[in-house]
Amino acid sequence: MKYLFEIVCVLLIIGIFVLTQVVGNQFYFFIGFVILQYMVLATAWNILGGYGGYVNFGSAGFLATGAYTSVALINFLDIGLVEQIIAGGAIAGLLGFVTGYLTLRLRGVYFAIATLALAIILETVVAHWDYVGGAAGTSILPKRKPELFDIMVVDRKTGIFANYKEFLFFLMGTVAIISVWIARYIENSKLGRGLNAIKDSEEAAECMGVPTLRLKLIATTISGAMMGVAGAPLASYLTFIDPLSAFNLEYAVNAIAMPMIGGTVSWMGPVIGALLLGTAQQVSSLWIQSELNLLIVGVLLVIFVIIAPEGIVGWFRKSRKGSRG
Amino acid sequence: MAIFIDLLLNALVIGILLGGFYAALSIGLSITFGLLDVVNIAHPTLLILGAFIAFFLNSTWGIDPVLAGLIATPLFFAIGWVIYQIYYNAFEKSGAESLRGLAFFFGLLFIIEVGLIIQFGVDHRLVEAWYIGESANIVIGSEIDVAIPYRLLVAFVVAVAATLAIQVYLTRTFFGRAVRAVAQDMMALRLMGVDPIKVKRIAFAMGVATAGIGGALMIIVLPIEPSVGRLYIGNVFAIVVLGGLGSISGTLLAAIIIGIAESIVATFFGPSWSPAVSFGILLAVLALRPEGLFGKTAGAH
Repeated sequence: MKYLFEIVCVLLIIGIFVLTQVVGNQFYFFIGFVILQYMVLATAWNILGGYGGYVNFGSAGFLATGAYTSVALINFLDIGLVEQIIAGGAIAGLLGFVTGYLTLRLRGVYFAIATLALAIILETVVAHWDYVGGAAGTSILPKRKPELFDIMVVDRKTGIFANYKEFLFFLMGTVAIISVWIARYIENSKLGRGLNAIKDSEEAAECMGVPTLRLKLIATTISGAMMGVAGAPLASYLTFIDPLSAFNLEYAVNAIAMPMIGGTVSWMGPVIGALLLGTAQQVSSLWIQSELNLLIVGVLLVIFVIIAPEGIVGWFRKSRKGSRG
Repeated sequence: MAIFIDLLLNALVIGILLGGFYAALSIGLSITFGLLDVVNIAHPTLLILGAFIAFFLNSTWGIDPVLAGLIATPLFFAIGWVIYQIYYNAFEKSGAESLRGLAFFFGLLFIIEVGLIIQFGVDHRLVEAWYIGESANIVIGSEIDVAIPYRLLVAFVVAVAATLAIQVYLTRTFFGRAVRAVAQDMMALRLMGVDPIKVKRIAFAMGVATAGIGGALMIIVLPIEPSVGRLYIGNVFAIVVLGGLGSISGTLLAAIIIGIAESIVATFFGPSWSPAVSFGILLAVLALRPEGLFGKTAGAH
């Protein structure tokens, strides 16, 4: 069936909606949000990193761009969550485009180093920007009784969602599924094949008439926008934001570790990586300290990169191929 | 006006001293990234490891930090040896170094940093030595007073000495020339009967070994906590790229330029802006003149 995947996506979104209505324990939505956020981040990273072979170390910077775009717009216009997500994605996408434009004519390593640089510059700028809280941070009170197209979205009695945790979980779930759909679409499109050619040999791709710079710019823009979308609801989720939480090292590391461990060649890799690592980290953070948690992620990343470069997906495919003959 | 000149002179002097210190931090990367083309983004974190080893030796046995750095150097040589061995076998041999190699060094950076946080906590650590805390004052006229902190002076002298020693080693000795030959044409070296991998392994280990002494200088100059390593990524890469990849004297000059820029920004805008300076310079150099100020073409190859 041609649209099987799309139907599954829609069913999943409906499923997530049903979950928010049925499950009473808010804790699941609280940790579920983080796992879904990681799924968006990892999928976004993989579009450029996995398909195109360009490493982005500054994922936290793009995510924080989304988050702080929201904060600035909440302060300025008091806009709702959906608008925040759109605005955060737009600004982070623009940032991705500019970064790509400045560095992508060079070798891939310079893009990687530039993205690292970018995250630090942004963090310094945000720490000095008092309008969004500066280094000390600021608390964000979610809008009371938000409405979307005249429908009450969050209200204990009359809203679609009883509280913000459910609404945020539903939003992030929808965003995650759309992101995965986009990644899968790119993978099978001309863009994806072009990026793959760039990854194998940029010079050869160029010679064969692949518009390398244009494809890379499209990929950085999409990837950046998706990271911004993942970050935009962060302030509402935490109800507080400071540079430390927005530019958290965990984001930068997980954005790379999840696709690398899951497998970078397919859209499934980041999904599997985010589900496994994200769940493991969220659950284990209940009883082991977060540093130890991060250390485990780092060690796993190194081990996978050395021993299983194709990640879990590649490992699975190989064993399937082997059993066939 | 006199106040302005006073501030500017102070900023310039501090900037030059800082620059020499930055050269010591970047020289290892100039070898590993500039000459050998191994993108060792874990270098700044290895420096932090060096700083913490100096801190440990200093606080436990009261060893002078510079001496502690020298003691740690062979250890770092061994670490570098092992890292290159893994890197070569896992990535370089199969030609898969770009994406996975970067992820490898990123993971390494991360493991060291988090390991240090678990071991030492997130507090700032410092070392004790007779030259820390004092400064020499040079008074010119009645209003101009240039203060030179001894800690920066010591770091500057050791750093410049180490940089010059490496420069002489690379240009005057047989092995040094072999390292530069690897950078130029690996195939030719192989045809001459030299094993380029062996040369690269030793050179990489040398580059990492500088993190022992560099880290010690770091904790002499300022208090250190595990995560500051990432701030120095911009610094050291900006210097190595600006200096022209692999040029040791270019590295020294670029380090002094960045040192002065940071010091002037810190004096007139506040020290919390200084991380943005080197990163900003790095981005500008990458966008405008990727071959660096003094170097060979680094662009698309």
